[in-house]
Amino acid sequence: MTLAEAPKVRADAAPAETVLSVDGLTVSVATETGLRPLVQDISFALKRGETLAIAGESGSGKSITSLAVMGLLPANVRATTGAVRLAGTDLLRLPEARMRAIRGDRVAMIFQEPMTSLNPVMTVGAQLVEAIQAHEPLTRREAQARALGALKSVRLSEPERRLRQFPHELSGGMRQRVMIAMAIALRPDVLIADEPTTALDVTVQREVLDLLRDLRREMGTAIILITHDMGVVAEMADRVIVMKDGRVVEEGPAIRIFDAPREAYTQTLLAAVPRMGERPAEEPPPPRPSVCVLRDLTVHFDVGRGLLGRATHRVHAVEGVSLEVRQGETFALVGESGCGKSTIAKTIAGLVPFAGEIEIAGRKLHSQADITRAVRRDAQIVFQDPAAALDPRMRVGDLVAEPLVIHGIGTPPERHATVEALFERVGLSRAQIGRYPHEFSGGQRQRICIARALVLRPKLIVADESVSALDVSVQARVLQLLKELRDELGVSFLFISHDMAVVDAFADRVAVMFLGQIMEMGTRAQVFGNPHHSYTRRLIEAVPIPDPGHVRPSRERLASEVPSPVRRRDDPPRRLLLRDVGGGHLVAEAGPG
Amino acid sequence: MAAYLARRLVESVLILLGVTLVTFFLLYVLPADPVRQIAGRSATTETVESIRRQLGLDQPFWVQYGRYLWNLLHLDLGRSYLQRSNVSELIWARLPPTLLLMAGAIVCELILGLTMGIIAALRRGTATDNGLMIASFIGVSAPQFVVGLLMLYVFAVQLRWFPIGGYGTLAHLVLPALTLGILGAGWYSRMMRSSMVEVLRQDFIRTARAKGLARHRVILRHALPNAILPIIAMIGIDIGIFMGGIVVVESVFGWPGIGQLAWQAIQRVDIPIIMGVTLVSAVAIVLGNLLADLVTPLIDPRIRLR
Repeated sequence: MTLAEAPKVRADAAPAETVLSVDGLTVSVATETGLRPLVQDISFALKRGETLAIAGESGSGKSITSLAVMGLLPANVRATTGAVRLAGTDLLRLPEARMRAIRGDRVAMIFQEPMTSLNPVMTVGAQLVEAIQAHEPLTRREAQARALGALKSVRLSEPERRLRQFPHELSGGMRQRVMIAMAIALRPDVLIADEPTTALDVTVQREVLDLLRDLRREMGTAIILITHDMGVVAEMADRVIVMKDGRVVEEGPAIRIFDAPREAYTQTLLAAVPRMGERPAEEPPPPRPSVCVLRDLTVHFDVGRGLLGRATHRVHAVEGVSLEVRQGETFALVGESGCGKSTIAKTIAGLVPFAGEIEIAGRKLHSQADITRAVRRDAQIVFQDPAAALDPRMRVGDLVAEPLVIHGIGTPPERHATVEALFERVGLSRAQIGRYPHEFSGGQRQRICIARALVLRPKLIVADESVSALDVSVQARVLQLLKELRDELGVSFLFISHDMAVVDAFADRVAVMFLGQIMEMGTRAQVFGNPHHSYTRRLIEAVPIPDPGHVRPSRERLASEVPSPVRRRDDPPRRLLLRDVGGGHLVAEAGPG
Repeated sequence: MAAYLARRLVESVLILLGVTLVTFFLLYVLPADPVRQIAGRSATTETVESIRRQLGLDQPFWVQYGRYLWNLLHLDLGRSYLQRSNVSELIWARLPPTLLLMAGAIVCELILGLTMGIIAALRRGTATDNGLMIASFIGVSAPQFVVGLLMLYVFAVQLRWFPIGGYGTLAHLVLPALTLGILGAGWYSRMMRSSMVEVLRQDFIRTARAKGLARHRVILRHALPNAILPIIAMIGIDIGIFMGGIVVVESVFGWPGIGQLAWQAIQRVDIPIIMGVTLVSAVAIVLGNLLADLVTPLIDPRIRLR
């Protein structure tokens, strides 16, 4: 009997049965100097219906482990020792043709990037049918029926229509549902989910996590959840493996790992995780002068072309936003993707045409052309991806000094001295000035970007998701640096983030945005401690809590869709009015008419 | 869609108008005198001037160009100075061989180029990859008259597999189409390789493999349709490059097409024919691009024509 014909282990089997075991797995990459191990001596066993989380920061080897199980390692990487046993068969020793019969059928995988993980030129239905037909001798019609059933089980709205749609017609959350449907269509014994919700908005993440949990219960599928997010681990996992530098640091039941971590690394990792509601409410600081004021800021993009090349539709990216950032404070803009928060950052940087008024350090600006070099000196920006924001062909010292050169400040020796001082201030050494960006880690690169933003002594730094791409321990240290800089230099931050826990830990005042408008605005304690608007409450409730003991109230589980900011030109959105509910805490309500 | 086509049509007319203006101007300032060619060396100054007046070549540039456009508006491409017939008739008679040659060349370059590119991408970094890329480099850089003569020598003179020149059977088509296609094949294999390498890196290829699909299915069904998208746009542009090659290849192989007509007309400064051939080539390029743009959304659903 070949493995592909073997009866699948079904949900009615004994509960404690082990479906997959990994024994002493070592995975190495072939380099010019020989084999270099990426993952060393990993062992674990996965039981039916169990969720095992493999947690760790980037470079810990958690993704490589999952690819080794799937037999999908890159060409120059291979499993050198150990075994991966599925129902007694060692997958590492199987020839490719037999491994292919298992892949997608008995062990299935979903990936981090739903936006790019589906073939853009094939319909959703064709991709599902293909996966089913690869393993089961079904006719097209039968496979289609099975695909429809899978889409229904992931609670995708209008499943019949989705089959005929192309991936680009679906949102990120919907695409991840399609990926999950594809993975569970053949009822695999093991589902590997590699950062399945990392690229998703927090409310969508909530829905996908609920879905995975329900599927595990209904089908008895064992799940290996690969994630860096300890909140997700706490919500989903029965058992946890913590990895670092290719080795297992600690393994145990989720509750024990969170309540009593034994290893020092696990303790630091958990301590670095930002948590909602941990920071005590502090006294509001005395009113200080404002550094940046937005008055009725509106940004539209015209899209679509009619007969005479005239735009037919309009993206209402920012719709009448007014806010004020005071000296030395951190003002956070939070919201989900497409809410307009990054557009505000780009507008202040002078990259986007706008209507309304921006006031920076006393200068009143009414159009993109008003944002001159002098204005930019006062308002600097730090982007999300430090690797993309640094020219790979320039030395980091030159990158940091460049704004001084552009603005014609100081002599070369003076500039050099300034850069040296800044390097030390942001936690890098003087010796690193002559190196190139690729020689630094992600966290160090972000420190370089921060140094570059500080070199002109700006009054405002716009930080657009500046810590979102960093590992939690690195993130905690960079946030600490930003806090120190704020208190020492009196610089203000417009802190743009989708991460509610980070905002709760770092911000003084908060504005929640949705579809280009502010839904709620006030001090951090007002907005997070006493949220008035239903959208704010939904956002806060969706944040995963890094505590396995936390009981979440059950909620109706429906796939929600964010309405589109693209509207016909003759159909502008309704402006919301902000009402003061006490102490400057503003909440949106529908305006008249 | 109708609005899109209308807009493209207006754009095309403007492009063609620009092409006629530039070509007409270049021929006007050209030091070679067409009238001398017509009248012959022994003609007297009076004869030359009288022919010049007859053809209207004594008029200022804008008058000449205006008259050309006016005739063009009535679909009149003018009469050849030296051959006693209308330019449109001459071109019309020579169009089928040239179209046949182009079609043959496109088939050659696509079959050769895409196959080479795909194989090189799949065997990236191996000796096969290096060999194919060196071959493509030779294809791109070898002058077409050299390739053509080499082909003639090896396959027609020595091996006698194909006729030396002329027109009529499929056997006549092979060598000229191959000569013309080799340049494009070199180009396409390089583009296809880099496009394919890029696509093979994409997440959806990993997804396809994770489904347990066979390797050939991953490549043909998932990688190829995505990798071929930039190539399609290139085929449209390619027709312009073909026109240059066609002049050379048709001369080498004695292929009775538009290229030969153009070559003879250029030698004799037969302005109406040069204008006519240029215009026809421009129309071919504009149509080729339009066709490529119309085909792309059939493969890539993300592209909408507006």
